[in-house]
Amino acid sequence: MATQETKIDAKIPAGALDEKWTNYKAHQKLVNPANKRKLDIIVVGTGLAGASAAASLAEMGFNVLNFCIQDSPRRAHSIAAQGGINAAKNYPNDGDSVYRLFYETIKGGDYRAREANVYRLAEVSNSIIDQCVAQGVPFARDYGGLLDNRSFGGAQVSRTFYARGQTGQQLLLGAYSALSRQIGSGAVKMYSRYEMLDVVIIDGRARGIIARNIVSGKIERFFAHAVVVGSGGYGNTFFLSTNAMASNGSAAMQMYRKGAYFANPAYAQIHPTCIPVHGDYQSKLTLMSESLRNDGRIWVPKKKEDAEAIRAGKLKPTAIKEEDRDYYLERRYPAFGNLVPRDVASRAAKERCDAGYGVGSTGLAVYLDFAEAINRLGENVVRQRYGNLFQMYEKIVDDNPYQTPMMIYPAIHYTMGGIWVDYELQTSVKGLFCIGEANFSDHGANRLGASALMQGLADGYFVLPYTIQNYLADQIQIKRISTDAPEFVAAEKAVNEKIEKILSIQGKRSVDSIHRELGLTMWDFVGMGRNADGLKTALEKIDEIRKEFWSNVYVPKTATNPNVELEKALRLSDFIEIGALMARDALLREESCGGHFRQEHQTEEGEALRHDDKFSYVSCWNYTGDDAAPELLKEPLDYEFTERKQRNYKE
Amino acid sequence: MSKEINIKLKVWRQAGPRAKGQFETYELNNVSTEASFLEMLDILNEKLISERREPIYFDHDCREGICGMCSLYINGHPHGPDTEITTCQLHMRKFHDGQTITIEPWRSAGFPVIKDLTVDRRAYDKIIQAGGFVSVSTGGVPDGNAIPIPKKDADEAMDAAACIGCGACAAACKNGSAMLFVAAKVSQLALLPQGKIERKNRAKAMLAKMDELGFGNCTNTGACASECPKSVSITHIARLNREYLVAKLAD
Repeated sequence: MATQETKIDAKIPAGALDEKWTNYKAHQKLVNPANKRKLDIIVVGTGLAGASAAASLAEMGFNVLNFCIQDSPRRAHSIAAQGGINAAKNYPNDGDSVYRLFYETIKGGDYRAREANVYRLAEVSNSIIDQCVAQGVPFARDYGGLLDNRSFGGAQVSRTFYARGQTGQQLLLGAYSALSRQIGSGAVKMYSRYEMLDVVIIDGRARGIIARNIVSGKIERFFAHAVVVGSGGYGNTFFLSTNAMASNGSAAMQMYRKGAYFANPAYAQIHPTCIPVHGDYQSKLTLMSESLRNDGRIWVPKKKEDAEAIRAGKLKPTAIKEEDRDYYLERRYPAFGNLVPRDVASRAAKERCDAGYGVGSTGLAVYLDFAEAINRLGENVVRQRYGNLFQMYEKIVDDNPYQTPMMIYPAIHYTMGGIWVDYELQTSVKGLFCIGEANFSDHGANRLGASALMQGLADGYFVLPYTIQNYLADQIQIKRISTDAPEFVAAEKAVNEKIEKILSIQGKRSVDSIHRELGLTMWDFVGMGRNADGLKTALEKIDEIRKEFWSNVYVPKTATNPNVELEKALRLSDFIEIGALMARDALLREESCGGHFRQEHQTEEGEALRHDDKFSYVSCWNYTGDDAAPELLKEPLDYEFTERKQRNYKE
Repeated sequence: MSKEINIKLKVWRQAGPRAKGQFETYELNNVSTEASFLEMLDILNEKLISERREPIYFDHDCREGICGMCSLYINGHPHGPDTEITTCQLHMRKFHDGQTITIEPWRSAGFPVIKDLTVDRRAYDKIIQAGGFVSVSTGGVPDGNAIPIPKKDADEAMDAAACIGCGACAAACKNGSAMLFVAAKVSQLALLPQGKIERKNRAKAMLAKMDELGFGNCTNTGACASECPKSVSITHIARLNREYLVAKLAD
């Protein structure tokens, strides 16, 4: 068991910042082609990270077993990313470079990410674009036939590559096509409609997983020499989020309970431009791409009486005169205006709504207005740039955004926290790797727009295929272990017991009703503005929700599978524990940084106030038992190459 | 503006692939017209659960019209009566008070029912695995700007690439043909220089796989394109036919 003295070794290679990755690759161990055939790798997840990793590893010659929860590997939630993917190509000649992409990512993350990881991410970003183009990803092009770029929230250069408003879809389909080629050739065995339920550890190393066939309900065992998990983020802890319905944090919690540290659980990103909540039956929140902020102007009425009249349905936004509008981002942040990073934009919207200037029937909305852009560019240009987003808005809200401003409000979108990994993307359990949003690396306390796609594909195409070999090179003597081994039998038994326990409760509450209660608690107390009292309240409430779940949930014992209520109940049991972990981490971190805003720690102007002297570390939570408090370990963040500053988007 | 309606639902229930299915009728009152169609089904399922009855099984995931997981044949239309959207983006304001809404799974030889409204669409994955890709491995590719692509071609490739693989085209087709799905991928890659090298084999292999998996032939009725939630045009089928013909002539 780890103790306070356990030293966390991130295995950062020595040397200058721009030489670390090159040095690592030059000196790491490799597996020769004949041995690759003898090694099996499990990849859980088929999002950008999982699909690109599974395809790349199979191309290299490993045997890959790939699992996804959906009916097809083409559907993972990476597909919903709209805006774009960053790369330091500097095609527009506007001063971009690997260093600048690195620096802006570090700064955007409020100096809570590892310098070496972020630099590597910026370094491989260019290869991602080349790879996707070669796969036939139809990126936007200009009239000369070359790739087009646009600017994106929080950046001062145009480094974002895009495919209309469907960049995530096109990148995922690129990875899916590479994966399909390997499935067709037999190098990847694909298991769709399977859900991982545990990781199996033998002699201190990850050697397989237990997974449930969702269609038959059967629990199955799978061996591999190494296990890679790319299962996405845990935003659905909040019930309402921009994540897909099946997105969940259970794979992360399974790893955590087997000894993988959970890092920075409190760092969750609230995205400023989502369609506001409209009813208590609501099942999810829809994101409107951040790219809209390039041409849309965000405002609320300057006068409270106007805001009140709008909320009562007596006044239309178009009737409010220019001088009576408060373009609060342009007012507060003249240098970046509407393009400030997501955490800053979200908090500013909350501040205005809390002060009584919010619009919409609930008062929890602000305007995103395109009237000026339509005047400047013409409706056609606006349609070309954002047509699919405007159509989506109109279908959901039944309002025409070409004529009346959109209404938006922040929503949970992405989790920067996740399973702790070292420089090699290996967790604190040997042979267990974690990639994409599921791990904690690279984004610090806040992720910049168009960087999630970059990180997912960097991990899967260009980082893990190298680093996993450094581990597997020592595993070539290990023969395939039978899934009848006692460790597999015990893991399966524990999974079955948990399922039986949930089915035996036969209480009165549906899974969703308890999940909604958890979500509200999270949003109210562990959301955009956090404070010590609220976080303590959250922990108490989560204790009650946990008791309610384990004593009063109702999961039907359906005669036939699939049993969707059982799937949801298993996930909710983990969301409850993640919620507690988030609140605990947020309570401990007595500073504000990025997406983590503690109301007690802000500047006079209401901006996030870091305390580098006390909190310049990664919080690594170590599981010590279901009924025991987790233990906190710290990975210090030493900034060797960059000077930490107060983030300033004003000048 | 928001109002509430009372509706009657006729829903296909089927315990498993080989079980006999039948319609069951449910009444649901006070449904907000602002709710999405799937939220309406969530409300119905919560009601069924509270009555200790088995909830209806249907596929869905992103609920923003892009993952292609949701399906449903609603009142005779894949993805329901609205145009250019998936079922998850359909809202109850498209229905009126007192209306009867019939909900069925995709019905196509290529998509066997798993349970209730959920079908197995892995056949589409198998068609892609037969050749819906460019054979490049990770690494060793040229710079992204090394090969300029005319904007018009890139835009048209993107139109085709917008396909979400939901299966509405085959479900809408009286022949149960997957031609629009195959055409979208073949057309996307045929338009781009990266995909041109394997174009002949791709068209032949994907069509052969489509036939093998039990999908029917195309008779140009256009039902696929008019029901496609992403407006993938039937002109891509014309391009697929040309690609196939050229490939066959070269044999």
